[in-house]
Amino acid sequence: MSCCGAPSSFDDVNEVSRLVTGKLAAFLATLRDNAFAVGLKEGEDAATLIAAGYAEKPGLLRSAFKHLFSARKADWEKFDGIFDAFWLGRRAKSRSLTMGSTKAANSPSLKSLPNKDADRPGSESVSDQIPSVEDAPEQRSGEGRMEGASRADNLTEVDFRKMAEPEQVEQAHAAAARLAKAMRTRLTRRDLARRRGYRLDLRRTIHANVSHGGVPIKLVKRQRKDKPLRLVVLLDASGSMSMYTGVFVRFIHGVLDEFREAEAFLFHTRLAHVSAAMKEKDPTRALDRLSIMAQGAGGGTKIGECLLTFNRGHAARVIHSRTCVMIVSDGYETGDAMLLGREMATLAKRCRRIVWLNPMMGWDGYAPEAAGIKAALPHVDLYAPANTLKSLTELEPYLAKL
Amino acid sequence: MKDRDQIAERLAAVGYIADGELATAISLMQLLKRPLLLEGAAGVGKTEVAKALASVHATKLIRLQCYEGLDQSAALYEWNYQRQLLAIQAHRGASADDIEDQIFSEKYLLERPLLAAIRRSKPPVLLIDEIDRADDEFEAFLLELLSDFQVSIPELGTISAITIPHVILTSNGTRELSDALRRRCLYHYVDYPDVDREARIIMARINGAGPSLALQIAGMVENIRKEDLRKVPGVAETLDWAAALVGLDIRDLHDRPEIVHETLMCLLKTHEDKARFKPEVTARLLGKVA
Repeated sequence: MSCCGAPSSFDDVNEVSRLVTGKLAAFLATLRDNAFAVGLKEGEDAATLIAAGYAEKPGLLRSAFKHLFSARKADWEKFDGIFDAFWLGRRAKSRSLTMGSTKAANSPSLKSLPNKDADRPGSESVSDQIPSVEDAPEQRSGEGRMEGASRADNLTEVDFRKMAEPEQVEQAHAAAARLAKAMRTRLTRRDLARRRGYRLDLRRTIHANVSHGGVPIKLVKRQRKDKPLRLVVLLDASGSMSMYTGVFVRFIHGVLDEFREAEAFLFHTRLAHVSAAMKEKDPTRALDRLSIMAQGAGGGTKIGECLLTFNRGHAARVIHSRTCVMIVSDGYETGDAMLLGREMATLAKRCRRIVWLNPMMGWDGYAPEAAGIKAALPHVDLYAPANTLKSLTELEPYLAKL
Repeated sequence: MKDRDQIAERLAAVGYIADGELATAISLMQLLKRPLLLEGAAGVGKTEVAKALASVHATKLIRLQCYEGLDQSAALYEWNYQRQLLAIQAHRGASADDIEDQIFSEKYLLERPLLAAIRRSKPPVLLIDEIDRADDEFEAFLLELLSDFQVSIPELGTISAITIPHVILTSNGTRELSDALRRRCLYHYVDYPDVDREARIIMARINGAGPSLALQIAGMVENIRKEDLRKVPGVAETLDWAAALVGLDIRDLHDRPEIVHETLMCLLKTHEDKARFKPEVTARLLGKVA
């Protein structure tokens, strides 16, 4: 287990025995493996705490370390388990980031996540007309950062099959990036046009006019800060969408690259926040994290419930007045369509725009007859097809009009 | 640690009932000289921690309320422009350099919270409230201040801290804070208190609330929090409600269920939640309270 140079930083702490230092270094590495942002300073502080006598009481040490090493609620919640597993030899309860359900959190090994939902009694079968997903992510080698997310590619034989070819993938990525860029610049332009009546910056004005005896000849105006558009993508990863999930995961990746502020969520019967996993550089870790989140994918879709979880648990944090929510889904709701309508209304009140991309729309003879999509449509500002690369690119002018 | 128990006791003495973890966090804050980031839902008592800490240390609480568009001049310092203009008029005829020396001096400097916090001889408690409302740029600026505790004012030079303040940052999680800021801070997640602690908080804060009433109120609030609400009541709301009940001379919630129902407005803050809480719902929840 590596420990990025931590031992050297402990040299000055004489009280800490070599053994404890080694163990601490290993613990820091464990934390890093669990996506904690732990630096040298934290390592030094941890050594200080051990030297200050905290090590004598494990409960206290745990609490102290928890404050020191956690940086956000997710860390806070999983810290105790990791600490107990490492120092006290107890089995860790959870490393899952999945929201909205505790079922997934109980699985001990997160890399070994075949489609357990299918085995579980009472779990939903694929209720839509699209063939189901059967492969497990670990059956494929983890050579690329997107591999773990797209269980779909080697399972689906139709529309986006060609996307497995590198140049096609490249093209999809580029289209997504272009799209994202167009939205951002267009929105900034509108913002500039709308802006009038800057306030004077008195501090700079006076400074600039001291040489004129204080007569304000040169006026300095206050610059208004740009608040960038934020994009929140909610991607349906259910069975009925399995053919498209792979492509859209790449699309979201492009979007996250381009937007300074973007958040991504996957949903099926649960909602998972995947922004961090999508930004993950380490391919094995990305695979690990995305495979956790893809658990349950391929089953039914509870869009309403997932939106409820989103509105309750995430909306306040990820949505501000300049947020565009993009939902990528076919709208086949296996849960309560009424709930879906209600939650869409709540969401619509909160954000600036809702864009609904529906891959099925590109099919001949498709009509939005499903109860879910019917309930959602009144609250959607733009409803567009997205089943091929071309249709994705064609979205650009639409989105620019937002 | 002795330290931790002492802190919990001293906080209790000024009316803040802290759990063991928070007391640990505060003792670490002093040991490691790091700011403490408190995160949690609105109304769980994050801001109160800073107030209580200021009372414990018998020091001043300097509060910087963050908002969108908050900039350095509002947070750090500002020049007194009106007086500067007057001075320029009064010194008409003097050289520009002289005037400049004159008007960019201490006399015309207006301290804002951050500058005030580092220039006090006794370390104050600096509360940077709702940091998640401020812009990214401000957060970045804060980073520099919090690590070096010095600021540079172009006209005056660098001003270093006389003492290092006890810094508490709070966040409601409306925006994701940067990793850089998080890493400089100790982190504590403030959750809603459990029934026992909430009852102790009520007793500490509301005169006339006896143990049995306080427990009933805390139990009732806990049940209400479990309901499907748009706005979950915080500790502040509990205290409002407790004050209202004590003011109405209620000794036992079961004596006057109709008053309990009518005063729920102290806890329920949206029309939807209010509409959901029919008298039957109140009665059902009241039934669960001993």
